[in-house]
Amino acid sequence: MLDYEILRLIWWALLGVLLIGFAVMDGFDLGAAMLLPFVARTDLERRVAINTVGPVWEGNQVWLILGGGAIFAAWPTLYAVAFSGFYLAMFLVLCALIIRPVGFKFRSKLIDPTWRSIWDWALFAGGLVPSLVFGVAFGNMLEGAPFRFDETMRMTYEGNLFGLLNPFALLCGLVSVAMLTMHGGAWLAMKASPPVSDRAARFARGAALAMMALFALAGLWVAFGLDGYRITSAVAHDGPSNPLLKQVARQAGAWLGNYEAQPLTLAAPIIAFLGAAAAYGLLAGRRNVLALVMSGLSIAGVIATAGVSAFPFMLPSSLDPNASLTVWDASSSRLTLMIMLVATLIFLPIVLLYTAFVYRVLRGRVTQAYIAENPASNY
Amino acid sequence: MNTALDVVQLSRLQFGLTAMYHFLFIPLTLGLAVILGVMESVYVMTGREIWRRMTKFWGVLFGINFAMGVATGITMEFQFGMNWAYYSHYVGDVFGAPLAIEGLMAFFLEATFIGLFFFGWDKLSRVGHLAVTWLVALGSNLSALWILIANGWMQHPVGARFNPDTMRMEVTDFSAVIFNPVAQAKFVHTVSAGYVTGAMFVLSISAYYLLRNRHVEIAKRSMTVAASFGLAAALSVVVLGDESGYTAGENQKMKIAAIEAMWDTQPAPASFTLFGLPDQGAHRTDYEVSVPWMLGLIATRSLSGEVPGINNLVAHAKERIRSGLIAYDALDKLRADRSNDSERALLTAHGEDLGYALLLKRLRPDVLNATSADIDAAAWSTVPAVSPLFWSFRAMVGLGFAFIALFAAAFYLASMRRLQASRTFLHIAMWMLPLPWVAGELGWYVAEVGRQPWVIEGVLPTFLAVSSLSAGNVLTTLIGFVLFYSALLVVDIYLMAKAIRLGPAAGAAPFAPIIATPRPLAAE
Repeated sequence: MLDYEILRLIWWALLGVLLIGFAVMDGFDLGAAMLLPFVARTDLERRVAINTVGPVWEGNQVWLILGGGAIFAAWPTLYAVAFSGFYLAMFLVLCALIIRPVGFKFRSKLIDPTWRSIWDWALFAGGLVPSLVFGVAFGNMLEGAPFRFDETMRMTYEGNLFGLLNPFALLCGLVSVAMLTMHGGAWLAMKASPPVSDRAARFARGAALAMMALFALAGLWVAFGLDGYRITSAVAHDGPSNPLLKQVARQAGAWLGNYEAQPLTLAAPIIAFLGAAAAYGLLAGRRNVLALVMSGLSIAGVIATAGVSAFPFMLPSSLDPNASLTVWDASSSRLTLMIMLVATLIFLPIVLLYTAFVYRVLRGRVTQAYIAENPASNY
Repeated sequence: MNTALDVVQLSRLQFGLTAMYHFLFIPLTLGLAVILGVMESVYVMTGREIWRRMTKFWGVLFGINFAMGVATGITMEFQFGMNWAYYSHYVGDVFGAPLAIEGLMAFFLEATFIGLFFFGWDKLSRVGHLAVTWLVALGSNLSALWILIANGWMQHPVGARFNPDTMRMEVTDFSAVIFNPVAQAKFVHTVSAGYVTGAMFVLSISAYYLLRNRHVEIAKRSMTVAASFGLAAALSVVVLGDESGYTAGENQKMKIAAIEAMWDTQPAPASFTLFGLPDQGAHRTDYEVSVPWMLGLIATRSLSGEVPGINNLVAHAKERIRSGLIAYDALDKLRADRSNDSERALLTAHGEDLGYALLLKRLRPDVLNATSADIDAAAWSTVPAVSPLFWSFRAMVGLGFAFIALFAAAFYLASMRRLQASRTFLHIAMWMLPLPWVAGELGWYVAEVGRQPWVIEGVLPTFLAVSSLSAGNVLTTLIGFVLFYSALLVVDIYLMAKAIRLGPAAGAAPFAPIIATPRPLAAE
């Protein structure tokens, strides 16, 4: 069995991989849903946009379910604190994630234009709300959340929904919305047919510019306006998962420490920028597939940036910094991490293989002619 | 204390409602997926077009149902963290793994291929599409396996130990968690119940068509499939339900005693109470009508095994509370001084009973000062509500036998090719449609209310498992879910009913489940 310390590092990285998997895979259908009312005007155009994601959204959404399950299994303390602390925000996400599946399935079952228009806006909200809230959650992760533990490890949280929606967190939410809009636009540019694909490419380019600007702004805020956290006591990397055994201080600029110590980690924010810039340029020449890849890379860079900045913190506590959750004291037991690693190494490659197979079978653009000819077999 | 209780009640209500709502869709997904696989297999083997049309028609209904199952399943996963944060901390090390593996191994499979099931008819070979259909069915069944492994562990927590350094349960033997006998019995019982639900769905709707003389060819064939599949499934539900009873008898004696409203231990073999009026306050059951020997046979598979009564189990709980208090005291001292090895040894020796000491927390925060009367009260709190369990269980079993009778009749008529002969039979088959759902919900009620006051049997009391939320927050989300779910259910049933009324032959857009001309997507 691997060392506890190594397993914790691996699971920190794997959590990043799963979150990036979610943001890249489910990200384009969230983005496509956000763009739906704007890039598609007639009913037929909207059905083209919806049917680009129609056969794949279910599988994509499992990335989120897997991400949630992996946090539960590998980082149970983080799962408990984040999900109950961000309570009403999670509820909003849930409502959006419930509306989405039924929206896809129900929208085109009736011909009534009002019915369809209601579902179009429901799908729009179902794309916007999770995109925004997940970004807001990352913002709060960097700021620290107001929680503490008693001696039995019962957590109390002294904040509310409006506390979550503070300016820095909202800025992170906008980064997330812009990033996923770029990704969804690049997807539609590749997968839909004109005029939807042409409009989507334009929106994606705008979103790429917005994302770069917002991401830079958030970076400046982190560098000059936001206190980070730093462990000030000795910490056993293979010690028990009990967050009450260390000391932590808030410190200006602490979130830049990792970049100074390990300059290679600067690759994360650089990739975030370069990916978006490349997507912007490639979409001008309608190199759609490559543009989608680049926008996916940019997403990976953004999420990795958040992770690297905060490392080893996973969720600092603004109320009682010593109770902050870190890679070294919020994980599962060594045995559980090992079992979950084996399960992931066996099944994740299989998942990637059959996902690739399904996308291959479904390759090619969705056209208005195809929808018009097969009204019943499509969403 | 009052507000804390309110959060407990609201959280339980929310979990109960959302879980029961989720389980409206799950059994149909489980059953219908396999039935689709059977129908399409016939199509691929015989090449007869009608079987393809059947697969597609039932597939449309499957799709509407599946979307609701996915949507409501996310709530279940998020809810553990949102409303049950202390639970998530306390047992996440054990309970999280099966949930995560479910996603990796099963739900990904099911959800990735379901898109191809609907959109792949003209993009895959016949055999290729058949494989996709069976992979969806396999995924949904594997999904049930892992969820029930997680649930089985709540009923019978094996392969884990309390760790005082992290203040939580941690895995010691993962294969014990996977091969938990309770989980295995629950899996086969629950999946069979899903098959009964799927079969009843097909049988009832086909009966509706036959009564109206519509889509006769499709309805008769569908009914034949449903009758044979349903009969096998209904028999297996009862047989494997008995297996569940046996494993519960081994591991959850209090649940069995409460279901039987059996207050005192009877001399072996115990009798089965067919009827009675349990009186929880007076600790007795009035007007009992019993079948001699039967309970002893079900619960112990022997004539000599004893089935303990509630009074005896309460006495046993008192002993465990006293032993748990020793563990609790040791844990307190250990937290003050982590290097105290003698207290650590004491905690290890009595650790299995720690959960029983936690029961006292409902009565007083300083459990170490508990009086004899407190211990009595805590021991009696291990008795779940007897009357509702007693009656729910009997209603569920009665329905189980009714399903066997219905499917046996359907099977007989189908073999004689006389499905249309009896309108009475068709009417009964049609009106029995909701009953498998009723039986399934009753079954969950018995399983989950029967283990109260525990969320993890013997380890963690339910009232300690909640998040530190305000009652107002939980109430907000509860009301939100009720409104939201009710609206969705109305829409769901409306669309289902419309699809059923239109039927498989409907040619008009947009509802026709049949593709007019197979044609590949235009490549770029």
